[in-house]
Amino acid sequence: MNQDLRRERAAASFNPDRLTYILDGSPENTRRRREIENLILNDPDFQHEDLNFLTRSQRYEVAVRKSATMVRKMREFGISDPDEIMWFKKLHMINFVEPVGLNYSMFIPTLLNQGTTAQQEKWLFSSKGLEIIGTYAQTELGHGTHLRGLETTATYDPETQEFILNSPTVTSIKWWPGGLGKTSNHAIVLAQLYTKGKCYGLHAFIVPLREIGTHKPLPGITVGDIGPKFGYDEMDNGYLKMDNYRIPRNMLMKYAQVKPDGTYVKPVSNKLTYGTMVFIRSFLVGEAARSLAKACTIAIRYSAVRHQSEIKPDEPEPQILDFQTQQYKLFPLLATAYAFHFVGAYMKETYHRINEGIGQGDLSELPELHALTAGLKAFTSWTTNTAIEACRMACGGHGYSHCSGLPNIYVTFTPTCTFEGENTVMMLQTARFLMKSYDQVHSGKLVCGMVSYLNDLPSQRIQPQQVAVWPTLVDINSPDSLTEAYRLRAARLVEIAAKNLQTEVSHRKSKEVAWNLTSVDLVRASEAHCHYVTVKLFTEKLLKIQDKSIQAVLRNLCLLYSLYGISQKSGDFLQEGILTDSQITQVHQRIKELLTVIRPDAVALVDAFDFQDVSLGSVLGRYDGNVYENLFEWAKKSPLNKAEVHESYYKHLKPLQSKL
Amino acid sequence: MDRPVHRVSMGDPWSRQVHPDIASERYTQSFDVERLTNILDGGAQNTTLRRKVESIIHGDPVFNLKDNYFMSQNERYEASIQKKFHIQKLAERLGWLEDSRELHYASRTLSGDLALGLHHIFVKALRSLGSDEQIAKWAPLCNKFQIIATYAQTELGHGTYLQGLETEATYDADTQEFVLHSPSITAIKWWPGDLGRSATHALVQAQLMCSGARRGMHAFIVPIRSLQDHTPLPGITVGDIGPKMDFEQTDNGFLRLDHVLPDGTYIKLGTPQSNYLSMVVTRVELLLGEITPLLQKACVIAIRYSVIRRQSQLRPSGPEAKVLDYQTQQQKLFPQLATAYAFHFLANNLLEFFHRSYSAILNRDFSLLPELHALSSGAKAMVADFCTQGAELCRRACGGHGYSKLSGLPSLVTRVTASCTYEGENTVLYLQTARFLIKSYLQAQASPGSTLQKSFPQSVAYLTAPDLARCPAHRAADFLHPELYTRAWAHVAVRLIQDSVHHLQTLQQSGAEQHEAWNQTTVIHLQAAKAHCYYVTVKSFTEALEKLANEPAIQQALKRLCDLYALHGILSNAGDFLHDGFLSGAQVDMVRTAYLDLLRLIRKDAISLTDAFDFTDQCLNSALGCYDGNVYERLFHWAQKSPTNTQGNPAYEKYIRPLLQSWRPKL
Repeated sequence: MNQDLRRERAAASFNPDRLTYILDGSPENTRRRREIENLILNDPDFQHEDLNFLTRSQRYEVAVRKSATMVRKMREFGISDPDEIMWFKKLHMINFVEPVGLNYSMFIPTLLNQGTTAQQEKWLFSSKGLEIIGTYAQTELGHGTHLRGLETTATYDPETQEFILNSPTVTSIKWWPGGLGKTSNHAIVLAQLYTKGKCYGLHAFIVPLREIGTHKPLPGITVGDIGPKFGYDEMDNGYLKMDNYRIPRNMLMKYAQVKPDGTYVKPVSNKLTYGTMVFIRSFLVGEAARSLAKACTIAIRYSAVRHQSEIKPDEPEPQILDFQTQQYKLFPLLATAYAFHFVGAYMKETYHRINEGIGQGDLSELPELHALTAGLKAFTSWTTNTAIEACRMACGGHGYSHCSGLPNIYVTFTPTCTFEGENTVMMLQTARFLMKSYDQVHSGKLVCGMVSYLNDLPSQRIQPQQVAVWPTLVDINSPDSLTEAYRLRAARLVEIAAKNLQTEVSHRKSKEVAWNLTSVDLVRASEAHCHYVTVKLFTEKLLKIQDKSIQAVLRNLCLLYSLYGISQKSGDFLQEGILTDSQITQVHQRIKELLTVIRPDAVALVDAFDFQDVSLGSVLGRYDGNVYENLFEWAKKSPLNKAEVHESYYKHLKPLQSKL
Repeated sequence: MDRPVHRVSMGDPWSRQVHPDIASERYTQSFDVERLTNILDGGAQNTTLRRKVESIIHGDPVFNLKDNYFMSQNERYEASIQKKFHIQKLAERLGWLEDSRELHYASRTLSGDLALGLHHIFVKALRSLGSDEQIAKWAPLCNKFQIIATYAQTELGHGTYLQGLETEATYDADTQEFVLHSPSITAIKWWPGDLGRSATHALVQAQLMCSGARRGMHAFIVPIRSLQDHTPLPGITVGDIGPKMDFEQTDNGFLRLDHVLPDGTYIKLGTPQSNYLSMVVTRVELLLGEITPLLQKACVIAIRYSVIRRQSQLRPSGPEAKVLDYQTQQQKLFPQLATAYAFHFLANNLLEFFHRSYSAILNRDFSLLPELHALSSGAKAMVADFCTQGAELCRRACGGHGYSKLSGLPSLVTRVTASCTYEGENTVLYLQTARFLIKSYLQAQASPGSTLQKSFPQSVAYLTAPDLARCPAHRAADFLHPELYTRAWAHVAVRLIQDSVHHLQTLQQSGAEQHEAWNQTTVIHLQAAKAHCYYVTVKSFTEALEKLANEPAIQQALKRLCDLYALHGILSNAGDFLHDGFLSGAQVDMVRTAYLDLLRLIRKDAISLTDAFDFTDQCLNSALGCYDGNVYERLFHWAQKSPTNTQGNPAYEKYIRPLLQSWRPKL
């Protein structure tokens, strides 16, 4: 092992294994996760080739092969618990991009949620066994988040009892669904239903795409890959154009129905789809934490190995992790990774708790949770997006090379800002809930849950003298007190947005126009709310930790997370009189002290994330720290190095030398 | 309106008709776009020349960039070599000289997708550092490409810090020869462009060892490949460093030297001043030649797409609205557009300053050099920083389609982000500016008074000017006065520099060693340098506006961008302005009001302001950003040409079919 890393690990103030147990939820979880990871690592069928040297077609092929092996192996190993499946996939697929994935994550769940018992009987068995491979086609070339804008039509023909699916315009071509381009032979397609001459809005249809046996597109179907992307090279995101294409009466009919004669039967209301969205978003928050944790692991280990310049003259070059600017770049991000981990874990717990409630018919918490998860998905993915890039740049030139693994982590993560609800739209959904809660308080009713701070607003409003009392109350060394400061900020920004909205409404009459003209304020209010929730959950987590040494180190991270946020948004805290000038100065000072305090534990803190080298996919972030030797070996494998003299020498360079 | 369509367009079936949603944006123009283009080009004659070069380049199929997104690293490399070869012949035929405007425009048209860029840097280094004899020997060989040269400095384990380089050049007194050697794995030269596959010679930076003592860094010309068959020479291990985020066309390379003799003696490195100067030139040229255009292009693509893309409704029962009509979309894109213009004027300003000081330097007057160095360091760091963030913001503002390479945006992002590291890592550069600021501040404190003003560096003259303690604004409109927000930025810069000095001195007085004290205060130095650079940019933008008095319509449109740039910065750093009570809370609210109003005003000019950059469709190479706005047809068409569609699907036969049929026997 590299000497620097050995020394770092020996000097840590706590045992990273203990922290790993906390992150996994229990020592038993850690044990089982490692057991499953070892199954993969020790199995010769799971070879991990370096994707960086492969073309897109080759990467796609490897991914399909991995999917196939995985299906087989999971049966063999008897892995069926959802968490265990995830651990398995995480290590095996590394970045969780798999062309067959949509069959399991979208096709089958949609079938289960929206298909009748008969439909489930017909399709479920064959799709689970991959006799058919399905995907889910919603987004169109010209239409995304706004579902009502989708143009694809499904017109019922009672004579033949068929639906005619059609893509009437270029903007109506289905675009983006994963696995659609080359892999899937069926899709659940969302289309506007027309029957008896009337449009009934969006419904889901099971559409066969490719002929069984030959895999050729069926007549009337134009399907293909949408071309190269920023990342997701191994995924065949696809397009689908349907040309008056007829299918049997295969609309998913658990809720709405079209009778054989074409009569439309309305659905009973379904609030339950909320649940699925909450689940997916809580998963995405966890993903944000994991991706950021990976990036931090790589950047911090490399910063302990890399030596550069001088702090004191005539001394050997120091580890770059000893530079204050490097610590200032990385440690707040490390703290953020921990914060988001705890937020993700909380959301998952809450989802399960509420899900039990739903079983017993209690839906009261669902609207708040739904609103909260939208904002948190946006808040964590935006932050993580910037943070991964910051980790990459903190690795200097080598961070730009694919050997660092960081470019790949970034391009794989960044779509999270767009998919499952574009972030700005998500923030505005949360804002809608905040405005509703604000109005409720305003009309004299109390609100509960995370927004209960709004109850305090009327009493506080709006005597400047009273506000000025607050600053003395904030203790910048107390996580509880800092939570309170974030709570005040959220309350104030929600109120400002609400008032600006009211002003616009009174000026313009149309609610929608007023909403648009306040949307920048509304997004700001949502961000403040989510920031508060994150600080609050991190702070609460501290109380539940028994181990003193670990509690101490996490407390410092929690303080750093909270104080760093204040320093970045100091305008809000100053403007609202929550903190004074001199307190802000103290905040800056305290941050620098915390950097020094965290420094000796930095490597142990990333070790605790417990990523296998294979899943980091990084030469810079190796556990053993032997960066340079392996970097040289890695480069030699580059396809440009296959021949000692590149063919372009004969084609272009030699003639250039002779002709000029 | 017809003319630009034909000039800039792809010439494909869709470009004959302009999409009504973008045509309507151009019906009522508040200013003459062509005039603004001329201003950006530095004169109508330059616009004409640039367009002439563009039409030559676009008329030649070898220069087509269309297939770039579908090519492998190997293919990109080969294509860029081919283009370089082709352009050399073209230049010879048309009499385009090295460093001429024509070649500069050609490179812009090709988005810099040309190999052998380092060759010219080598020639420049040779001319400025080599002896007459050396120049006489090597320059003709270079000019005729009888050798291909690169410049090898960075090592696997060492970057910005030159003294840390390990490569050794040992002088053997017996044979009177230098021997070059890489003593360790971290000493391997790493990253130099054109080194991996192309170069025959490298100018290698190495520690000179004489009689066992280190004599500092010197540069040696080392032959690395045979001029007969291009194979590596004995003692040389050379190759490509592998796949990167971008610059796939460039064969960044590694080089390991095993007791190699250089060709001829070493090239004496220049004085510290001349070394400074070459860094300064490179940085200043990068701003206009490479970095800023990448943000400009991202703005063009994102803003054009945002008037074609419709999503949701702004009014119930209304049609789906253009996404550019959403306040949140404007808030994402317009500050980027403002930044793109701000940096154009900043870079031009710097270039002028550089030319002014260059003549002084030729006369051995180095007094302007420290300021020039500080300005160019800070400007490079800031421009790289903001352009990278801005391009990525533009990409994400295009939703899912921004993730497709066919949008052109991922390539802009991955290309511009490299600029945060190359030619001086940004943090290191900001800190160099900070050192200059601290020095200037102490100087201003030591000798206050008017006599100083004359010799005091102009860019930090505000350190000696009387400072406002409180901002005098009473209403939102007051914040639209350039004088007012420029002073606001000066105030914050001064305060942060003061803080910076104060922290440093306090630590030193409490007994900390000088170097330790510096390291413990670098975070605040960074903040001070950033505020200073922002101030400089705001100031250069306002000065550029003053010169446009005879173009009132253009002046008005650009002034809104200048206002937006200044106010956006204030809002993003509101804490710094509130901190000492310079702005009150109520004033920050006024800034916000003024800012949101500006978004609405800029909305009307948005398309004209992006058209004025005058990038051709071929150069943008984006399915989303074409002049005619026919986004969806082009995206569909381009996707169908992807090799994943035109070539077979081997994965089906090998894996999908067995997978599909694996359970069949049991059914």
